[in-house]
Amino acid sequence: MTTAGPNRSVLEVIDLHVEIASRRGIVRAVDGVSLEVPAGHAVGVVGESGSGKSMTLRAILGVLPPEAKITAGQVLLDGQDLAHLSNTQLNRVRGPKIAMIFQEPMSALNPVMRVGAQIAEGPQVHLGMNRARAGERALELMRRVGIPDPERRYRAFPHEFSGGMRQRVMIAIALSCDPSVVLCDEPTTALDVTIQDQILRLLTSLCRESGTSLVFVTHDLPVVAQVCDELAVMYAGQIVEHGTVREVLTRPSHPYTLGLVRSAPDVDHVRSSLVAIPGSPPSLISPPSGCRFHPRCSIAEEDCVTTVPTLNPIGAGRATACLHYERCLEALDTQGADR
Amino acid sequence: MSTQPLVAAGPGTQDDGTPLLEATGLSVSFSVGSALSARLRHESRVLHAVDGVDLRIERGEAVALVGESGSGKSTLARALTGLLKPDQGQIRLDGKVLPARRSRTDQRRVQMVFQDPYSSLNPRLTVGGMLHELLRVHHVVPRAEIPANTRELLSLVGLGEEAVHAYPRQFSGGQRQRVAIARALALRPELLVADEPVSALDVSVQATILNLLQDLRAQLGLTLLLISHNLAVVRHLCDRVAVMYLGRIIEVAPTEELFAAPRHPYTQGLLAAIPRMTFAPEGDAPAVRGDPPSPLRIPAGCRFRTRCPIAEQICAEQDPALLSIAGAPAHSAACHFAFAATPQLREGAAS
Repeated sequence: MTTAGPNRSVLEVIDLHVEIASRRGIVRAVDGVSLEVPAGHAVGVVGESGSGKSMTLRAILGVLPPEAKITAGQVLLDGQDLAHLSNTQLNRVRGPKIAMIFQEPMSALNPVMRVGAQIAEGPQVHLGMNRARAGERALELMRRVGIPDPERRYRAFPHEFSGGMRQRVMIAIALSCDPSVVLCDEPTTALDVTIQDQILRLLTSLCRESGTSLVFVTHDLPVVAQVCDELAVMYAGQIVEHGTVREVLTRPSHPYTLGLVRSAPDVDHVRSSLVAIPGSPPSLISPPSGCRFHPRCSIAEEDCVTTVPTLNPIGAGRATACLHYERCLEALDTQGADR
Repeated sequence: MSTQPLVAAGPGTQDDGTPLLEATGLSVSFSVGSALSARLRHESRVLHAVDGVDLRIERGEAVALVGESGSGKSTLARALTGLLKPDQGQIRLDGKVLPARRSRTDQRRVQMVFQDPYSSLNPRLTVGGMLHELLRVHHVVPRAEIPANTRELLSLVGLGEEAVHAYPRQFSGGQRQRVAIARALALRPELLVADEPVSALDVSVQATILNLLQDLRAQLGLTLLLISHNLAVVRHLCDRVAVMYLGRIIEVAPTEELFAAPRHPYTQGLLAAIPRMTFAPEGDAPAVRGDPPSPLRIPAGCRFRTRCPIAEQICAEQDPALLSIAGAPAHSAACHFAFAATPQLREGAAS
């Protein structure tokens, strides 16, 4: 899906830390996340709830909840560090350079503003278009995202739209100023399968056309397989594995990824029983020592309890934070017959 | 649709064994909004959530109800459990017609596990308190055996004895769903209705609950009705699948047959729309076009015709009945073209 020729990254997150102050202590929601998004690529971030994947996205865009803040790290967008920009400065970046699509379109859209005006707002503010020009652009965008009868729907309010149509509106708003990166936070989780299918196809084809990069956060592995080129797996606030989607999902080199792949039922392969990951995700106030996954890991050894693993490269574009990743591949090979 | 005498000889019954549960011509509707807004918008005020559904569940079977939101699958499940009063139709349990208001004994026989274990458990009762109350009120076991039975139930769903004194808030989502299952099983139901039992849970936890349901089926010979929008879960757990669209069952088939050779264009689209772990580049054409129509404005004729890739004139005029397919009596579909050559159908759905 590479369209932009040279593999230059548009967005680079370097050693990002986000902390949330809570009554019980400081929650290290994002703990040293580094991520590179090459131009025109779609990068998936998967993990369970509480793994810090949504917080990472929000930190990139500077829309963290009030009790959370970036304590360290950089977010480089075309060389500019977003992590230390003021809100006014950020407003100049959000829209024309980076945009976001949220999970719940109904709560992300303005309920008392006509849909057309919401789409036209970005081009008016950021691209300096007058109202008429911006209105035309909004109509064109509505056509591109497949909203039927755009002339009439232009003057409709969000509540008059179905869930799928609202998400199309969100996509139109996100793409309205031709950003170089679009961040998606579980954009299809609230939708039905047939509508999800429509939205995913639309999103990937539009981004491919315009060479826009995607950062796609989800907990749904098959969705990532459909949309993304690269994949980062997050656990307890850290990235534990990174690589191309195909590599990571077919030959996981971290026991957590392996667990995720094995625990989800697959429509095409019926297995006698599913292999669940024992236990539950750890507290981020006092995470386990050493490797944070060791209490739930089937191949953990003594050094996993004491040594903090770092994300180490293990081949072309591949990295894992498992000290014993070879054993993970062994486990895959011996039990591979069941898959 | 018909009012039959108590002893079952329902329409088209040719088996000798009576099914555990049989619904005939079941309809549930709600009135929504004001009469004025309905007239202004040319909509019906009555929402037919379930519209004339026939469903049989054999003893020991696991049946899945699948469909998109608004298809009426949860309403149907609630009506079968006795939580909603049907407007029309009958529900028979073991051949006996259940009255609209069920006796306590009949309530016991069909139990439900809800989607969200965070809101379906009483936060002010300990797990033990909850189970004790149920066992006492329904006289499931003699009073002296209640504590022992409670522990047995908890171990059945994989929870330790210490759970007796814990409140729901002390449990994780997966554990709460185990408590909810224990609560349903406490009454020793013959049919367990599970409404999206794993969709509120994290991926790694979902597997534990699915495995538990599978084990319970094998261990207790439980009959299961699973409501889900996740077809992977359905294929993993169920013997037979009923696909719902806008209040009707539009296709019923044994699971493997449905996945291998779906007959209804909606089922074909639904199966094609599932995101898969394959990486083959695909076209941009979605599997099913458009949005489902509002249940307040159900299209005349076939309900799916507005989104159907192969709809013709007849689809607008005649409402197709759910009929079994020649050569596959267990497989029925409600499509005018389900009986025609299938290859043509598939091409239509793919293009």
